[in-house]
Amino acid sequence: MSAFFAMGGYAGYVWSSYGLAAAILIWNIWSALAAHQVARAAAQRALARSASTGPSAS
Amino acid sequence: MILATTAPLRAAGLVLRRDLALAFRRWEQVTHPVVFFLMVATLFPLALNPKPSLLADVAAGVVWVSALLSSMLALETLYRADVEDGTLEQLTLTGQPLALLLLAKTVAHWILSGLPLVLAAPVVAIAFGADAAANAVLMTAIALGTAVLSLIGSVGAALTLGSRRGSVLLSLLVLPLIMPVLIFGARATALAMHGESAEGPLWLLGALLILALTLTPFASAAAVRISLE
Amino acid sequence: MGTWTWFHKLSSPPHCYRIAGQLIPWFAIPAALLIVAGIYGGLVRAPADYQQGDAFRIIYVHAPAAWLSLMCYTVMAVAAAVGLVWRIKLAHALAAATAPIGASFALLCLATGSIWGKPMWGTWWTWDARLTSQLILLFLYLGYQALRSAYDDIGKADRASAVLAIVGVVNVPIIHFSVNWWNSLHQGSTVLRRGGPAMPASMLVPLILCFFGFTFLYAALACVRVRAEVLRRERNAHWLQDLAGRRGRTESAT
Repeated sequence: MSAFFAMGGYAGYVWSSYGLAAAILIWNIWSALAAHQVARAAAQRALARSASTGPSAS
Repeated sequence: MILATTAPLRAAGLVLRRDLALAFRRWEQVTHPVVFFLMVATLFPLALNPKPSLLADVAAGVVWVSALLSSMLALETLYRADVEDGTLEQLTLTGQPLALLLLAKTVAHWILSGLPLVLAAPVVAIAFGADAAANAVLMTAIALGTAVLSLIGSVGAALTLGSRRGSVLLSLLVLPLIMPVLIFGARATALAMHGESAEGPLWLLGALLILALTLTPFASAAAVRISLE
Repeated sequence: MGTWTWFHKLSSPPHCYRIAGQLIPWFAIPAALLIVAGIYGGLVRAPADYQQGDAFRIIYVHAPAAWLSLMCYTVMAVAAAVGLVWRIKLAHALAAATAPIGASFALLCLATGSIWGKPMWGTWWTWDARLTSQLILLFLYLGYQALRSAYDDIGKADRASAVLAIVGVVNVPIIHFSVNWWNSLHQGSTVLRRGGPAMPASMLVPLILCFFGFTFLYAALACVRVRAEVLRRERNAHWLQDLAGRRGRTESAT
């Protein structure tokens, strides 16, 4: 098992590459979901504003 | 307006003549890029080392980087005055092919900003200890390279017309697109300075120019229409 | 006729929003399975390379990142051209959604390439043809994003950045050719062997799994981001009201 983590002496290079890859993948997933949340919240705010000021307010 | 009724090519000629005539009233538009070019080239010996063998090695690269930065700086003036006084909007309304009129403007811009660099480049090359025999190739390469840069830059300048940020944004858009010009141009110059045939990279530069001539005017026209909406 | 009505339905914002939402699990689940299988195969099952030892295992994240960064630029430019010519907002939304994904993978490709270069070449960076063209590709992405952010009006940002993406995609093969030409003059061929037909199956299969996994991941991410971009372009449309109403009901039910 420790041989697996040692990566034949290249541990630092291999694991930092995979760590970076994981970071980029997580950033992509997080930022995509965050962009959707932000857009959705903004759209709902805009709707609420137009509903409260518009003539069809209930 | 006379532009609307003449043949397209004559209209383009009128635009070209107008831009050249205006430049005589704004002379600093022509001289500033050349002064900038000479100043940037002066930075290199100061930053590196005035050893003649080193300077001769980097001469081709220095001339090219300075020339590209200087014509990049000049790009900003391509449409700015015409946007401010509304001339550009008038051009889009003449009914003439906009791509052709913008091509005429770009040619005028190249005559005013590229051609002076063609004449100044040998001065810098000789100051860096390059062989004067290479000057013909150097001037041809700089002429072709700055022409491609003006054409690609006209698209970038048109795209940034309607935006808030000007010159830095323009450089961000245009610099990656003109790296092939730098590669072929600097290589042709370096080959000539070493007394070798520079035909290959010069033909490649010519091919880039033809490609840019056929494609970029339409992109510029589309970009101007989008920016002025 | 049938395909055209289907196409029109898809390009209407509410349908697009709904369909993109339904597609997400169909892309995300295979992406997760393929990437996990590919990384497991690459790190555990594949034998060490006879020349590079275990350092070659970086290829399982480096090469798919390189592929995605190029594919994203192509998708972005094609979508931008479609949006510009046929004035389809959805196509612009796809281009806007693709750019940040492609830029992030261009960055990943550069970083892992540099890390891989250290044990193989002895330096963190060499002006190798592939690394240099990848760097210019990253600059193209950054220019595109900079232009987009310079406009306040989203419709104008869409059309202006579309022109830039089209000019850029014409330039990509020229940049590639010129950088290869430049590199072959100044340096010998690179010592690093990055894959090739001589790879044994135990090395190649995990690589293929990673390629497909990353591609599916792009599709899932693009679906999420397209939904966000559609919402940004449709702030006041009435169909959003149904959406908000449905959301309100589900929230009150829980």
